[in-house]
Amino acid sequence: MFFGVDNTFLTRALEEEIFISYDSPMLAQIPDEFKIDPGNYALPVDYGDVCINYDKAYFEAQNLPIPTSLEALTEPEYAGLLVVQNPATSSPGLAFLMATIAHFGEDGYLDYWKALVENDVVVVSNWETAYYTNFSGSTGQGPQPLVVSYGSSPAAEVIFAEAELDEAPTGSIIGPNTCFRQIEFVGILRNAANPDLAKTFIDFMLSEPFQEDIPLQMFVFPVNPDARLPEEFIEHVQIPDQPASLPPELIDANRETWINAWMETVLD
Amino acid sequence: MNALTHKIQHWRSQIKLRKNPTLRALLFWALPAAFLAYFFYQPLLALFNLVLTRRMPTGELSLAALNLNRVWRPLSFTLGQAALSTLLTLIIGLPGAWLFARFTFPGKRTLKILTTLPFILPTVVVAAGFNALMGPRGWVNLGLMTLFNLSSPPIQFLNSFAAILIAHIFYNTSIIIRVVSSAWSQQNIRLRHAAQVLGASPWRTFREVTLPLLKPSILAATFLVFLFNFTSFGVVLMLGGPRFATLEVEIYVQALHLLNLPLASILSILQLTCTLLITLGHNQVSGLGDMVISPPAQVIGVRKPRKGLERIVIIVLIITLVSLLVAPLASLALRSFVKLEPIRGERGEVQRGLTLQFYRELGVNRRGDLFFVPPIAAARNSFVFAALTILITLSLGILVAYALLQRTIINRLLDPLLMLPLGASAITLGLGFIIVFNRPPFSTLRFPILIPIAHSLVALPFIVRTLAPALSNISPTLRNAARVLGASPLRVWREVDLPLLTPALLVSTIFALTISLGEFGASTFLVRPQYPTLPVAIFRYISQPGALNYGQALAMSTILMVVCALGIFIIERLRLPGKDSF
Repeated sequence: MFFGVDNTFLTRALEEEIFISYDSPMLAQIPDEFKIDPGNYALPVDYGDVCINYDKAYFEAQNLPIPTSLEALTEPEYAGLLVVQNPATSSPGLAFLMATIAHFGEDGYLDYWKALVENDVVVVSNWETAYYTNFSGSTGQGPQPLVVSYGSSPAAEVIFAEAELDEAPTGSIIGPNTCFRQIEFVGILRNAANPDLAKTFIDFMLSEPFQEDIPLQMFVFPVNPDARLPEEFIEHVQIPDQPASLPPELIDANRETWINAWMETVLD
Repeated sequence: MNALTHKIQHWRSQIKLRKNPTLRALLFWALPAAFLAYFFYQPLLALFNLVLTRRMPTGELSLAALNLNRVWRPLSFTLGQAALSTLLTLIIGLPGAWLFARFTFPGKRTLKILTTLPFILPTVVVAAGFNALMGPRGWVNLGLMTLFNLSSPPIQFLNSFAAILIAHIFYNTSIIIRVVSSAWSQQNIRLRHAAQVLGASPWRTFREVTLPLLKPSILAATFLVFLFNFTSFGVVLMLGGPRFATLEVEIYVQALHLLNLPLASILSILQLTCTLLITLGHNQVSGLGDMVISPPAQVIGVRKPRKGLERIVIIVLIITLVSLLVAPLASLALRSFVKLEPIRGERGEVQRGLTLQFYRELGVNRRGDLFFVPPIAAARNSFVFAALTILITLSLGILVAYALLQRTIINRLLDPLLMLPLGASAITLGLGFIIVFNRPPFSTLRFPILIPIAHSLVALPFIVRTLAPALSNISPTLRNAARVLGASPLRVWREVDLPLLTPALLVSTIFALTISLGEFGASTFLVRPQYPTLPVAIFRYISQPGALNYGQALAMSTILMVVCALGIFIIERLRLPGKDSF
C-alpha cells in the first residue's frame, strides 16, 4: 500500500492506475468533503491547512489589526511584513499559490501577486528559512511577522516551546480562502502481495485509535470526526470554515504553468 | 623439480605482466570498475531508460516544450558561479595549505580539525548558522545597527550571490588545505635549499621548485572543488534564494516538485556530460599518468614563523581562516546552549540564558514516536556507515591509484568514468537505487547497506585524487633498489610504498569519514526511519516548527561536529609507518 499522496498529486496517481479500489466500511464515518475520489481507489486519512501565521506580540506592540483576508495583505500598513516560499521549491509555497488561485481565479491571481510584490513581499526558497530566519514569531526572531506555514504551527510552538506557555506566541489567519487544504490519501497498490491484509490495515488507519494519534505525530487533522483531538490542538489551533481548494484534475493539468507564470511575475 | 618450473613460469608471467602496463592496469581496475558498473552505472541507466522511454512516446518532451531557458540559464549560472567560487576558495585555501604545511604554531592541530568540519554539516544547518551570524537579525547586522544607530540591517546576506560564494568558500577550503598541504609537507626541503644555495631568490625557488612539484595536487584539489561547486544544491537553494538556480537545483525542482521526470533526466544527463568534460579537461592539463618524480621527504620543513612580516602574514591568515570557517560553526554550537525567551509584548526583546535543555530533550521521546532515535543511536548509525565507507573507498582507491600509475590508454578511458558520480545529483542516484535495488538481495529491509555504498561512490573520486598524486611522487628507483636488495613484492610495498603513502592515506580516510558523515541527499532516499544518520535526524527536527525543535537541530549538529572532530582526531593519531613525516 501507499500512503501520503495528497489532493495536489491525486490525479497523477489515479491516472497511472497504481491503486485498486476498496470500499472500506469505515468510509461511512468520514464526511463527504474528504472523499474526493468517488471510485475509492484513494481513501482519505488526514487533512491539514497551509495558512499564514502571524506573530501575536508584533501586532500587539504595533497596535496593528491582524489582516483577515488575502486582499488585506496588499495594503500599505502590511508592506514588507509577509514572507512566502517559492512554489517551485517548497510545498507550502505551492499550497499558498493555489490558495490565491482558488480565491482570485486563474485570471486574477497574477495581478494579486503583482500587488504583493509592490507591497514588498519577501520570497525565500524553503519553509525552514522562512520560518526560522525571516519570521519574527519563531525562535529565529526575524524581521517579518507574517509567514506562510501550517495551520497547526501555533500548537507546535506550544508543544515544542522552550518554557511552558499558556498561550501560543503565533496564530493562523483563517479568513475565507486564506488557507489551502491538503488531504492525504492511502491506497492499495495494484500488484500488492497481500491485498486483504492491506484492507484490514486501512480499516485500522481510519479507526479512532490510529486517527487520534495523527495530530501529535504528523501535525495534521484526522478525517474521522469521532477521533478526539489532543488538548493543545483544541486550544491553539483554529480550523478555517472556508479553506481554499481546487479540483485535483485542474491542479494536475496546470501545476507547471502556474508555477512558471508565478516565477515570471514575482522573480523576474 | 616441479616446483622449480612452476617458479620459473611464475617469474616469466610476472615479467610479462610487468612489461604490459595495459594488462596490469586492467587487473588493478577490475574490482573498482565492477563496483562502479554495478552500483553506479546500472541504476543510472535503468532510471534514464525507464523515464525517457516510458514517457517520451506521449510527446511530453518535444524540443519546443523544453523551454531552452530552463536549460541554458541554469547551465551558464552553474558554470559561472562554480568558476568564481573555486577561484575565491583557492585564494583562501592555498595560503592556508602553506600555513599548515610549513609552520608550527600553537593550536595548529585544533585549527586543522576545525577547518575540516564545515565539510560535514548539512546545508540546512549551515544556512541557519550563517543566518544566525549574517541574517537580518544576525549578530553582525545587530552589531552594526547598534554601532551606527541604523534602523534597518545594513547587510543583505540572505538571497544574495555573495552568500553563495561565501558558503562555497566555507565548505570547500578544507579540500584545498587538506590535499595541497599534504603534498607540500611531503616535499623535500633539500630541493629548496639546493635552489637557494645555487643563488635562487625565495620567489624563484617557489616558482621553479615548489610550485611545479605542487602542481598535481593543486590541480587535483581545484578540480574537486570546482565539481563540488558545479553540483552545489543546498547552498544555492537556501542561501542564494529563489533567483538563483544551478542545474542541481533545477533537477530537484523538475523531479520532485513539477514531476517532470523527463526534463529532470535531460538536465541530469547534461550535468553528467559536463562532469565528464571537466574531468577530461583536468586530465589533459594535469597530464594524468605522467610521473612527477621527486625524492621522498626525509627532512621535515616545518618550523616556527619568524618574527616580523612573516609572523604578521601568518596571524592575518589564521584570523581569516577562523572568521570564515570557524565563526559560523561556533555561532551554531553556541546557539545550541542558549535559550531565548521572548519577553511578552516587547518585540525582539529576549531573555538570554545558558541551557542544556536541547541536549536533554534529544533523549526524550515526547510524542511516543515509534521511529524515535536517541542521538547516540544516530551517531552510532553514522559511524558504522562511515567505517564501511572508509573500508570500501580505501581498498578500491588504492587499486585505482596503482592502475593510474601505469602508462596506458585504459586510464584515460576509465578514470573519467570514476569521476562521474561527483556529477550525479543525489536525486538521480537515489531514485536509481530505489528502482534497481528494490529487490533481493537488496530487498527494502536491507537498504541500509546501500547507504555506505552511495557514500563510497561520492568519496572515491576524492580518495583517488588524493592517492594518485602521492603515489606518482614515489620514485621507482626506490622500489627497484629494494627489489635488488632482495625484497619480495609485498615487502617492497610494505616498506617503500606504504610509509610514503601514509600521509595521503590519512587524508583519504578523513575525506571518506567526512563525506560519509555529512552526506544527506542520497541518504534521505535510502535511509530507513529506524536507522537515521545524524544529518537525517537533524533535518527531522529543523523541518518542524517550535523553538525546541530548532534548538534540538542545532544540538544534534553540534554533536555531529564533535563526533566528526573525534573521528579526525583518532585517525590523525593512528600509529602508522611513515607517520612521523606527517
